[in-house]
Amino acid sequence: MKPIFAPKTTASPPLSEGAGGSQSRAPLWRLLRVIWSNYRFSLMTVAACIVVTSLTTLASTLFTRSLIDDYIAPLTAATTPDYSPLAHTLGLLAAVLLIGVVCSYAHSRLMINVSQGTMLRLRTSLFDHMQQLPVSYFDSNAHGKVMSTYTNDIDSLRQMIGSSLPQTLNSLITITATLVSMLALSLPLTVVSVVMALVMAWTTTTLGKRSRAHFKTQQEKLAEVNGFIEEIIGGQRVVKVFNHERQAAEQFERLNEQLRASTYDANRIANIVMPVNGNLGHLTYVLIAVMGAWLILDGHIDLSLGTLVAFLTLNKSFARPIANVSQQINSVLNASVGAERVFSLMDEPAEVDDGDVTLVNAVETADGFLMPTPLPTGLWAWQVPAEGKDGKPRFVKVDGGVELRDVDFGYVPGKTVLHDIDINAMPDWKIAFVGGTGAGKTTVTNLINRFYEIQHGSITIDGIPVSRIRKHSLRRALGMVLQQTHLFTGSVLDNIRYGRLDATDQDCIEAAKLVGADGFIRRLSDGYHTVLTDDGGNLSHGERQLLAIARAAVADPPVLILDEATSSIDTRTERFVQRGMDTLMKGRTTFVIAHRLSTVRGADCIIVLDHGRIAEQGTHTELLARRGLYYNLASPHPLLKEGEPQ
Amino acid sequence: MFKTIARQIGQYWRATLICPLMVMLEAVIDVLIPYVTASLIDKGINAGDMPAAYRYGAVMLCMAVVSLTLGIIAGRLSAYAGTGFAANLRSAMFANVQRFAFGDIDKYSTAGLVTRMTTDVTNLQNAFQMLLRGTVRAPFTLLSSIVMCFVISPDLSLVFVTATVILAVFLYFIITRVGRLFTGVFKQYDRVNTVVKENVTGVREVKAFTREDHERDKFNDAAGGLHDLYVKAEALMAGTHPVMNMVVYGCIIAISWWGAHFVVAGTLTTGQLTSLFTYVMSILMSLMMVSMVFVQLTQSAASAERVAQVINEVPDILNPTRADAVIPDGSIDFDRVSFAYKGGSGEYALHDIDLHIAAGQTVGLIGGTGSGKSSLINLISRLYDVTRGAVRVGGKDVRTLDLTALRDAVAVVLQQNTLFTGTVLDNLRWGDEHATLDQCREACRLACADEFIKQMPDGYDSPLEQGGANLSGGQRQRLCIARALLKKPRVLILDDSTSALDNDTDARVRRNLATAMPGVTKVIISQRVSSLRDCDSIIVLDNGRLAGFGTHESLLDTCDVYRDINDLQGNPAGAPPTPS
Repeated sequence: MKPIFAPKTTASPPLSEGAGGSQSRAPLWRLLRVIWSNYRFSLMTVAACIVVTSLTTLASTLFTRSLIDDYIAPLTAATTPDYSPLAHTLGLLAAVLLIGVVCSYAHSRLMINVSQGTMLRLRTSLFDHMQQLPVSYFDSNAHGKVMSTYTNDIDSLRQMIGSSLPQTLNSLITITATLVSMLALSLPLTVVSVVMALVMAWTTTTLGKRSRAHFKTQQEKLAEVNGFIEEIIGGQRVVKVFNHERQAAEQFERLNEQLRASTYDANRIANIVMPVNGNLGHLTYVLIAVMGAWLILDGHIDLSLGTLVAFLTLNKSFARPIANVSQQINSVLNASVGAERVFSLMDEPAEVDDGDVTLVNAVETADGFLMPTPLPTGLWAWQVPAEGKDGKPRFVKVDGGVELRDVDFGYVPGKTVLHDIDINAMPDWKIAFVGGTGAGKTTVTNLINRFYEIQHGSITIDGIPVSRIRKHSLRRALGMVLQQTHLFTGSVLDNIRYGRLDATDQDCIEAAKLVGADGFIRRLSDGYHTVLTDDGGNLSHGERQLLAIARAAVADPPVLILDEATSSIDTRTERFVQRGMDTLMKGRTTFVIAHRLSTVRGADCIIVLDHGRIAEQGTHTELLARRGLYYNLASPHPLLKEGEPQ
Repeated sequence: MFKTIARQIGQYWRATLICPLMVMLEAVIDVLIPYVTASLIDKGINAGDMPAAYRYGAVMLCMAVVSLTLGIIAGRLSAYAGTGFAANLRSAMFANVQRFAFGDIDKYSTAGLVTRMTTDVTNLQNAFQMLLRGTVRAPFTLLSSIVMCFVISPDLSLVFVTATVILAVFLYFIITRVGRLFTGVFKQYDRVNTVVKENVTGVREVKAFTREDHERDKFNDAAGGLHDLYVKAEALMAGTHPVMNMVVYGCIIAISWWGAHFVVAGTLTTGQLTSLFTYVMSILMSLMMVSMVFVQLTQSAASAERVAQVINEVPDILNPTRADAVIPDGSIDFDRVSFAYKGGSGEYALHDIDLHIAAGQTVGLIGGTGSGKSSLINLISRLYDVTRGAVRVGGKDVRTLDLTALRDAVAVVLQQNTLFTGTVLDNLRWGDEHATLDQCREACRLACADEFIKQMPDGYDSPLEQGGANLSGGQRQRLCIARALLKKPRVLILDDSTSALDNDTDARVRRNLATAMPGVTKVIISQRVSSLRDCDSIIVLDNGRLAGFGTHESLLDTCDVYRDINDLQGNPAGAPPTPS
């Protein structure tokens, strides 16, 4: 599937390009490409620093060897020892070592930037991308599992980037340098060394492959544990009232044990790599020593014993970096699994958003034309790009007329839940949806703002198909109060301001007053500045709904969708709310889903849904007169019997 | 804190003790191998003595095999102990969270608890493995190298003493600072988790209000804060390396200088000087290791503290020591109860409530938003404790009753009800884990949930998404009621649990409850007078005070608040109850 990225949010090239172009590529390579493309300069500096550090280390080793022969021996021989050459060299050595220290600090400091910077970049790109995913993604993925990607999976990259990467670079430099020197000494012995090195590489990859599978299970189990904790603790109140603590703990034990087992398996195998490679190094040493000595003494190759000894020393410094690299195997494997999971979330297909119509503030010119303006005017217009050659965009006033024609929809392909929906909402109308639970009321509203895409038919606003409108603009034009209210961490004021970020405190308070939320807010410990946490934990449903309505009031959208917005608000409070709601609904098209007839009866059009089909539509009196489904739905309520004697 | 964490090693203590032993033995062999290689070269190859070369080669191979075995065992043991320790930590935390009262959950956020059980535990697990394998080896080599230096030249060893003091001071300085930074780092993790969680659960709000940019800013702020703190902490940690290098290099230079003097003076041989250098290098290596372990430990100290905090949290509400598990009937009494939320504004949510409900009655509860309805019913199953007065169920103060027995007897359908990932049946069996399919069906029939479950693709085995996202509000509510019915309680409380049902279904559910569970005390919170008028009596709450208690008719006469609500809902006063 071809992912579509909004131009503004396009991440750094390899991140987004990877989504389409290099899906099959190993995640580790993709990660390295991301790092390389962002930190080319840093990485090259790091490489240079590593070379310099290695050279200074070499210098100090060479010096300690020559100290005795070149300095101390002459000193002991001299009658009046002159220490100045020694002092001079030591000064020089100090300077060289200091450079080494500076370089080694520089490289580790730079790598911190690279590793933490990459993690930050991945986190933010991940978040950017996640926000473009369709609502259905969140319905079908456990929330805690998604959270796990941001923490556990990205964290698994830290050690690999920060220490394994430079360590490997360092080792590569040493290996190349030694290999050259070894070749200069003896080709046949070098072949033995290299063969043994290949054996080491082979065991490392074989063990690595086996343990990687377990690392993968580990990260999956970790996500599962994360998901379980998030879900159970989020629903802890229900756990309490059902005495379900023991069962929850048992279920957790099972997941916990699976996580432990997979972590153990992964680490058990990975922990073998280091001792195996270290001791293979010893084996190589013996092999070369014995074989070399035998070859020389039997005269098969022309080599001095001294050269053999020198070769053995070199071989030691050849084997050590290989062992060092294999020490990093755990972190590399873990990172490769983490990267895979991060990239798989990043490759989830985004919501399709290819509309070209946008919402703009407008002013009306003297001759009745609409002109776009950056200022908030309260007058909105759709900006439709030019179709012809003249290149002038068209402006259509936002009246809020919504029309659904022949709409079919199913959440799963092949299972249609809405059939032949035809609704014509004139501007400023109040449209009410009624029907039994599960009749499809919420589903219809979710189609208008394109939380889900219709399979057949068309939906237009002011004559423009919603599929042509940029989602941002579309949703800006449609205010929503949802059945299940979610509040965000922050003050009450922040939560109301969520509707419109540039609203002043006064605007927010006005909105709260309008919808009748002012009273309970003032009774909270810090009034409007009370900080809400964990989805407004301590507020009742009714209070949360009041906040949600205030939030929509501040947004001041041309079209308003109220999905059971007042279901948990008591009638006495609703009396105040209703007055506010009436003001709110005035001058804008409103879709209302409600059970209370008091909310429904004043609607310009009532749509009765039954099993995904429109059973009846019309005004309250029309529908009562039909004595059909609406009449039956409404009849247990005494309200109706008032005007309709049986 | 340390004791709490150490206790979690639990059944893995053997592996925890044996692992360092293995590592120590491995280290001994590693120290010995260079001697053998030296002999192999000196006595074998340089002497041209092939049998000797074979002999030493064989010895070395044997040592390698032993070292390999030890290494593999140590690796296995450390993995075993480390992962087991981590599992124990998670278990202990989760188990204690299960004991938390409502008030405690409010104190930690969900996202915070998630971080503690994952990120923090992973840190501790890594630190623990490092401790097992790394800590023994490095100090061992360090100490033996320093001892060897003292043996060779006590005078020159003064150089080491000076160096060690400088290093110790420096390490102390860094560790205290790094520790503080890491405490901040993990708090920042909580923030990142909170933003992600809110965006995942509130995705519809974010999209409906087109707040993607705003949320992105919030996330970037949290993730950026994490980045900055982490960079600061790591940069400080990276500072240990150059300092250590400089000190060691200083030692090399000092030894070269004074060593030269001593050799000239004849108090030191050149061979001894060479081996001093070797030891200096191995001191450098092990110091590096030690500092890495130290840094890792300081980093995990912050995690350890957060984990220990959860394990040691004493829940607000504990089971009484001599709990009474017998609840004779479903009567409910409120004796002059007042209640205020802890940590709230201190204002009373309930004032002086005095109520007596006989077993088997159906009682309605009505009142404005924020009038204290939910607070009142939360006290019955002791989800919170009263501030003053007493609540009695079956004539016994709830504070003397066994919590499990109490909550088994009192079934609450919460306003903020939650369904969990799993099948419909799994969710129903929360009420009674041994319920048969027929029992579940019957409960669903009573709650009018049977009708829609039958239409789901796999019926009772259909999977539910997290929070029941694939059901409508009304379907969720009916499933939650069925779940509560399966508990076969003595008291059934419905906290506005039919608000999303249409009038017809609502009436049917109420009728079913009345006929099928006659002996059960039922408390029904509702906004609709029409839902409550048939109740034996109705409680009217107003701003946390009892405004009225009686039948529909008597309240219409005596209670202004009730009459007001009734009028508002357009119910004609004194009209006969709806036929049911």
